[in-house]
Amino acid sequence: MIEATGLTKRYGKTLAVNNLSFSVPAGRVTGFLGPNGAGKSTTMRMILGLDNPTGGQVTIGGKRYHDLKEPLRTVGALLDAKWVHPNRSARAHLSWMAKSNHIPAARVDEVLDTVGLTSVATKRAGGFSLGMSQRLGIAAALLGDPEVLLFDEPVNGLDPEGILWIRKFMHRLADEGRTVFVSSHLLSEMALTASRLVVIGRGQLISQSSTQDFVARAAENTVKVRSPQLPALREILVRASAQVSGEDGELVVSGMDSDKIGEIAAANKIVLHELSPQTGSLEQAFMQITGDSVEYHTGLDAEAQQVLEPTSH
Amino acid sequence: MNLLAVERIKLFTTRSPWWCALITLALTIGFAALVAGNAPADEAIDVGLTQYGGSKFAVAVIMVLATLAATTEYRFNTIKTTFQAVPHRTPALLAKTGVVALLALVLGEIAGFGAWALASVMRPNDHLALDTTQAWLNVAGLGVFFAVTAVIGVAIGILIRHSAGAIALLLIYALVFEGLVQIIPKVGRSIYEWLPFNVGNKFLYGSGGPEPSTSTLSPGWALAYFAGIAAALLVAAIAVAKKRDA
Repeated sequence: MIEATGLTKRYGKTLAVNNLSFSVPAGRVTGFLGPNGAGKSTTMRMILGLDNPTGGQVTIGGKRYHDLKEPLRTVGALLDAKWVHPNRSARAHLSWMAKSNHIPAARVDEVLDTVGLTSVATKRAGGFSLGMSQRLGIAAALLGDPEVLLFDEPVNGLDPEGILWIRKFMHRLADEGRTVFVSSHLLSEMALTASRLVVIGRGQLISQSSTQDFVARAAENTVKVRSPQLPALREILVRASAQVSGEDGELVVSGMDSDKIGEIAAANKIVLHELSPQTGSLEQAFMQITGDSVEYHTGLDAEAQQVLEPTSH
Repeated sequence: MNLLAVERIKLFTTRSPWWCALITLALTIGFAALVAGNAPADEAIDVGLTQYGGSKFAVAVIMVLATLAATTEYRFNTIKTTFQAVPHRTPALLAKTGVVALLALVLGEIAGFGAWALASVMRPNDHLALDTTQAWLNVAGLGVFFAVTAVIGVAIGILIRHSAGAIALLLIYALVFEGLVQIIPKVGRSIYEWLPFNVGNKFLYGSGGPEPSTSTLSPGWALAYFAGIAAALLVAAIAVAKKRDA
């Protein structure tokens, strides 16, 4: 439903987005992942026609945002919860947006109720906590009952209950056949929320696939094996062209799945005490794949590596 | 039009327009009361003098109101929300200008007539009847003057986007700079003759008033010129806003 072709955006000398092409289908939650400064927010602004692309184009249902009649009824977006006048009440903020797209006033109360802000509807938005501002932004995105939803870091500032709520909410929206495009840094949350991932780095597309494929492709899928006859097993596996590394009484085998290892061990009458597949996490996959396209390194590579070392039980 | 209603909601759900409205009325009517109350009994005041508080002081408040209407959208990034809801930027910005100008017009008319009425009541013996065209222009023209000033304010606000900068620029230009231009040797006077607020003053006061305008246009043409400059600024502002990133 969202189709980007060759999107490019240059700010002076900086190339923020470089020939980016991707598509976001309907009926799924698609995650938009990338390190800081990768160009996610810029891309989202270009989808909404707020920033003009230097090259390429992006369409929603085949049309540019500018050509949509009553765009809030087609696309709802939360890019930044702070884009509200602090002295305006929540209800006033939603009212003018509703009016601009001929959305009935009753809808304002409906969405306020959906996000749970009815009790503070007349309070000025400047006094809202981060979580309340976030929910107001979500309410604004839902105002036109749109079929496409864009969220830029929606769980920012939400408590665990709020995070669970928004995750279920996005799933429900996707199940209703809508297109949901979410950008986030919370990888663990993304793994639970999104079924497709568009990963970018330094303004360029790195990968576009289902979440499962992304994780499977990037992280090394290894199998941990423990056996009283470890050296013998090791030799056999190496001869069967698996890569084996050993560490105090256990082998980490890659290049061969656990089924095959089990069969080989059985065929050679080797006892196995443990045979456990280690699937990579989204974090590992992400850092591995985007490793060299991080714009703003923290210089904590060594520490980061430690975090990613697979923990053994 | 629907967009006018949208901008009306936006304008009246924040605090500054209400405060600016109050201060505008207070300044204009209050000044007229001061003048009427303190002028010696044998010195008649004229209609133009009753409007002095409006055209010299309250106009600054109108400038602030108009400029803020545009710059606060940029400051709080609600301009992005505006363009998200209404991607056609020209109608959106024209609607905003229209609503602000309309408010300025209404405030100007209330303030102008209020000031004149109060002065008339306080000084019944002075010749304060509205029996000349110029007298009518003095009073009823204040609203029109405010409206054109408001258009300039919104245009400058859109161009500069920064509240303090835009307000400072406009106020210093209108209240200080134009007068100083006269001092420039040789060309100062002729340039000053065609500067917008000087010409606008000609519309309001004709050749009379506290600081007579040096414009040689008739009041009708003066208004056309003043409004024309405002319109040109607005066109430039909208053109820039359309091309820029939101």
